[in-house]
Amino acid sequence: MAVPMSEIVRIHASSGTTGRPTVVGYTRRDITAWSECLARCFTAYGATKHDLFQVSYGYGLFTGGLGAHYGAEHIGASVIPMSSGNTQKQVQIMHDFGSTALCCTPSYALFIADYIKDSGVPRDEFKLKIGIFGAEPWTENMRRELEQKLEIKAYDIYGLSEIAGPGVGFECECQNGTHLNEDHFYPETIDPVTFEPVKDKEGELVFTHLTKEGMPLLRYRTKDLTRLHYGTCECGRTLVKMDRILGRSDDMLIIRGVNVFPSQIESVILEMPEFEPHYEIYVDRINNLDIMELKVETRPDAYSDNMNDILALNKKLSSRLNSVLGIAVKVKIVEPRSLERSTGKAKRVFDNRKLK
Amino acid sequence: MIAKQISVFLENKSGRLTEVTSLLGEAGINLTAFSIAENSEFGILRMIVSDPEKAYKILKDAHFAAKQTDVLCLSCPNTPGALATALKLLSDKGVFFEYMYAFANGETANVIIRPDDIESSIKILQDAKLQLLAASDLYRL
Repeated sequence: MAVPMSEIVRIHASSGTTGRPTVVGYTRRDITAWSECLARCFTAYGATKHDLFQVSYGYGLFTGGLGAHYGAEHIGASVIPMSSGNTQKQVQIMHDFGSTALCCTPSYALFIADYIKDSGVPRDEFKLKIGIFGAEPWTENMRRELEQKLEIKAYDIYGLSEIAGPGVGFECECQNGTHLNEDHFYPETIDPVTFEPVKDKEGELVFTHLTKEGMPLLRYRTKDLTRLHYGTCECGRTLVKMDRILGRSDDMLIIRGVNVFPSQIESVILEMPEFEPHYEIYVDRINNLDIMELKVETRPDAYSDNMNDILALNKKLSSRLNSVLGIAVKVKIVEPRSLERSTGKAKRVFDNRKLK
Repeated sequence: MIAKQISVFLENKSGRLTEVTSLLGEAGINLTAFSIAENSEFGILRMIVSDPEKAYKILKDAHFAAKQTDVLCLSCPNTPGALATALKLLSDKGVFFEYMYAFANGETANVIIRPDDIESSIKILQDAKLQLLAASDLYRL
């Protein structure tokens, strides 16, 4: 922290590259500035003090829940602090309270949409009109699907804990790029190999804090690949716009809004002598939910001839992964030497989600 | 009285069982008995073979996840109720069976048993004058 701890009023954390959380601290002024950024986002989406926000991002160390919460309060809207999960209750409250804005990950929104459809409750009994979706990459196709299924306008919200949390950037009504709050977070794009600034082409987005007190950063590398567009938007805003982020300069996966690095999975496997350090990670999106499967080789001399022992071992690995990553992983134990060996850089991650 | 069982971890994909059996067959190893425990993703092949040491080495060299486990082989009359009598003796003494499989051989029926406590199982069965097959006899069946 750049200030004494006594000046820090809030701490959040995100899953970091090494598996250990990246901790961030906010001063009172940082929280106000962050809320102001979120207020801009929500206003751009057309939300006002007359809206009822259902915040279905996780509350806690994750910045999503409390970030959206403070932003919505900042514009004077009413907030239902739902947090994530318990879809049945989410839908019931959305119906009974008449939520008009929903904040969550786009994949969870699709799940909620299908849940509403299956519940058979007519759409006109819901008042939802704005979807505020972020914390994971999503596509125009997903937007169309969400807007059609939920009969709402769906907007992207961009952010990362190290910079502030959600609200670093937002879409306007044009829905063709994400405005960055560049008066707080100064954006540049660089070549991820040479680190030289790039202009008018895709590069890695880096941010420099202009107002942050608690943990100001210089040219923080987001690893997100995008292109910046300067000029005046059709909406009238002059804030720089970035293209939709669909790639990263590292191997991080975003699964249901949670950052996952293959190295985290590898370190869990390495701690268990029953397994070879040979694994493959498969990611797919089934029924609008991200599913991660891990194939890992059993060590030839460490397996048991007892079915229950193998199932218990499987469970042990999946629960360790769950506690390290914060998401469920389906584990499949495979035979020794059954996974492909590579002479060069091993291809271990197979992301079959169709995002483009 | 203790016999060596060979087991192999197999994924559920076609051809794996053929590979194991061909490998052993080519090495002149005979299978006396076997069973497969399976779920939706993998199976465990458990076998009594003519030469456990050799079979184990061959499978290891071919990079199979193979293992040797101590089992016992109860030989009882191939008549109704014979197995029940033997199992009752063990379960009354609190012996737990991890798994078992059997093969009938004319007048006699042989049951491969993997109890949680193999030493005391042998004693219980021998005390009750039940017949256990010697490993060398079992491998040659």
